[in-house]
Amino acid sequence: MYSLMSSSPSISSSSSSFLGQTHFDSRNPNARLPTKDSWICKCVATPPTETTAHTTKVSRNANMAKLQAGYLFPEIARRRSAHMLKYPDGQVISLGIGDTTEPIPEVITFGMAKKAHALSTLEGYSGYGAEQGEKQLRAAIASTYYGDLSLEESDIFVSDGAKSDISRLQVMFGSNVTMAVQDPSYPAYVDSSVILGQTGQFQKDVEKYRKIEYMKCNPENGFFPDLSTVSRTDIIFFCSPNNPTGNAATREQLTRLVQFAKDNGSILVYDSAYAMYISDDSPRSIFEIPGAKEVAIEVSSFSKYAGFTGVRLGWTVVPKELLYSDGFPVAKDFNRIVCTTFNGASNISQAGGLACLSPEGLEAMHKVVGFYQENTNIIMETFTSLGFSVYGGKNAPYVWVHFPGQSSWDVFSEILEKTHVVTTPGSGFGPAGDGFIRVSAFGHRGNVLEACKRFKQLYK
Amino acid sequence: MEKLRNGYLFPEIAMRELEHMKKYPTAKVISLGIGDTTEPIPDVVTSSMANHARRLSTVEGYRGYGAEQGNKALRKAIAETLYGDLPIKDTEIFVSDGSQCDISRLQLLLGSNVTIAVQDPTFPAYIDSSVIIGQTGDFQDETGKYQNIEYMPCRPQNNFFPDLTTTATTDVIFICSPNNPTGHAASRKQLEQLVEFARANGSIIIFDSAYAAYVTDDSPRSIFEIPGAREVAIEISSFSKFAGFTGVRLGWTVVPDELLFSNGFPVIKDFNRIVCTCFNGASSVAQAGGLACLSSDGLMAVQSVVDYYKENAKILGDTFTSLGLDVYGGINAPYAWVHFPGMKSWDVFTELLEKTHIITVPGCGFGPGGEEHIRVSAFGHRECILEASRRLKSLLS
Repeated sequence: MYSLMSSSPSISSSSSSFLGQTHFDSRNPNARLPTKDSWICKCVATPPTETTAHTTKVSRNANMAKLQAGYLFPEIARRRSAHMLKYPDGQVISLGIGDTTEPIPEVITFGMAKKAHALSTLEGYSGYGAEQGEKQLRAAIASTYYGDLSLEESDIFVSDGAKSDISRLQVMFGSNVTMAVQDPSYPAYVDSSVILGQTGQFQKDVEKYRKIEYMKCNPENGFFPDLSTVSRTDIIFFCSPNNPTGNAATREQLTRLVQFAKDNGSILVYDSAYAMYISDDSPRSIFEIPGAKEVAIEVSSFSKYAGFTGVRLGWTVVPKELLYSDGFPVAKDFNRIVCTTFNGASNISQAGGLACLSPEGLEAMHKVVGFYQENTNIIMETFTSLGFSVYGGKNAPYVWVHFPGQSSWDVFSEILEKTHVVTTPGSGFGPAGDGFIRVSAFGHRGNVLEACKRFKQLYK
Repeated sequence: MEKLRNGYLFPEIAMRELEHMKKYPTAKVISLGIGDTTEPIPDVVTSSMANHARRLSTVEGYRGYGAEQGNKALRKAIAETLYGDLPIKDTEIFVSDGSQCDISRLQLLLGSNVTIAVQDPTFPAYIDSSVIIGQTGDFQDETGKYQNIEYMPCRPQNNFFPDLTTTATTDVIFICSPNNPTGHAASRKQLEQLVEFARANGSIIIFDSAYAAYVTDDSPRSIFEIPGAREVAIEISSFSKFAGFTGVRLGWTVVPDELLFSNGFPVIKDFNRIVCTCFNGASSVAQAGGLACLSSDGLMAVQSVVDYYKENAKILGDTFTSLGLDVYGGINAPYAWVHFPGMKSWDVFTELLEKTHIITVPGCGFGPGGEEHIRVSAFGHRECILEASRRLKSLLS
């Protein structure tokens, strides 16, 4: 039998709506916590279960078969559900999946409610919107975040979030490009690359996919890749402030990165989803670096700024100056992708986005971000006081804690068993993440304080 | 990307409309082109969305990431309300931000090494997404077709359903019923033949039922009404034309547990992986609206808007008929498919636009089999539909 974890034919919903509630999907009463590394399950080919079962003659997409297991975060959610089943009174605290917890400021939800009501009126009803996004919102994003960087409304493509945008970019790039990622990195870059057929097979000994260039980011290199050792690839994914390490690249580092991309004729896909969490003068946009417009695409999101993780809104910037090797503008192809494989972000979410970018909205978002930043400080302080080497946190809502010599899944399991706190094992983000745990700072203050109390008890 | 011909069809139409409006600033352009809904969404639905939005500002009501597959209550409601006595489980339903996105996610799932068959004419997204993913060869100007796609002609002569005896085997068969653009709803017999054909050839049917709410007679509303379909079909659908959600963005895909790849691996597992990796769920606000649509009040309310558009379709159909033209569709779909024998569809489009300021869609935009036809969409305010009818009668009588 093909053996994915939770191997009933029906898929458990990986829902963060389990937050603090005892009502959850109990489809898998027999789910067991796996032993070390066995979460990397293999999908084994299998003959039909009964001789009468019809199979189609359509071959399974070989690229899907290359994927090693489920996407990382549903896996974390499954572990959490299983744990809650095992310890129904355990008071599980979730600092795993980076899911926002604080209510959205009223000025923003009011904007959405108003739009919803308007859709019931003759004057206010709107059908299909422009696939690239509402003009007003595009203009507001351009002026708010790129005002002095000479980017315009027409360079902005509004979306239902960075995760979808990453895949749409991959669809645009196609299967014949090579890509580089940071190691560790947000799993969607690698997984989407595998799905599109850009990679070779997974190599279990090194935990890497063939044909992907992994750019190690660790304490030794200040979490910025040593570019002198990085092979040339067509596409370079770079996230700053970084998920999971929390590191924000400096202006000097990004200048070198842009030069590297220029020299190699590469396209930089820059993920700036956490830019608002920067507390020092690290660049917030790749386009602050001269020359970036000719080499970079920037992806961003309202998820972590406005608590829009469920509302779904983000954007991608594709400068007019970015050209393929034959001179064809990348923005033209991205526009075609957006018009053909997408139909625009929800108009209600976009109304919310516009409210976010009003003066009142901006102020309100800063407050919520500030709240999570305070959570981050508390978590950082806790682990530092316990004698751990702690990274990130200053410019991102993630704390990257070093557990030298230990398997991160083991540490994850131990923390979960002994403190009922869900974190994320670093190896889920790539082989160089092993030995680290990512603690996310999204949570009610009470939960964050309680979690820190429990960490102190465990590690004192 | 280089293989694609021109832009996607509907932005092209939108561009023509804008150009025309610039040329004739005082003309009252009536848009029966892009199938865009026009009537307000019933209050019971929008109130629900507004309430959900407001609740996101409260501690008890705030929700972050939802399940990528969709809100459980909504999945259940879709299964129970829309699939009723058909054995569709909520776990087989994947809520999305609409069919256009689902089509591409299915193409991602299938990969570049599969062959597809489409109706000719057809909704362009099946072909365009196929080209983008790399399943096709080059476009051939002489035939108006991409190499490596099997085009299944759908004409009045074959009752707008492919002649399966002359259709080559492909891995995937896209069928839209009720059909965009022809408006034809496949009969039970036709769909039984299709399911049998897919079974015999080991193919997967991707059945687009976005217009199921428009079915008037006893044509099937879901492929799963056909026995055996669970082992050969995926169904996609949408709240767009059902509830006026064209801008709100909500749809769903059904992948039955029994649908297996050739090696026995369940398609649903891979689709789930795609949904978890390339998507992050439909907007929770839109999903709240979807749930409201499926309440008993909601269903009644959205159905009356559907009926309004159906009445529009009848008016338009009658208009063209009274002018002596052959008109198809319109009974089970919000599109009238009008035949202009011997004329090029872009020429008819242009003439109608110039002389009556009405936007339609030239049939060849849906494939070479659409030539000589115009698609007239029935979405519009009643007065616009009536005015359009008057202008058409003036021009064409």
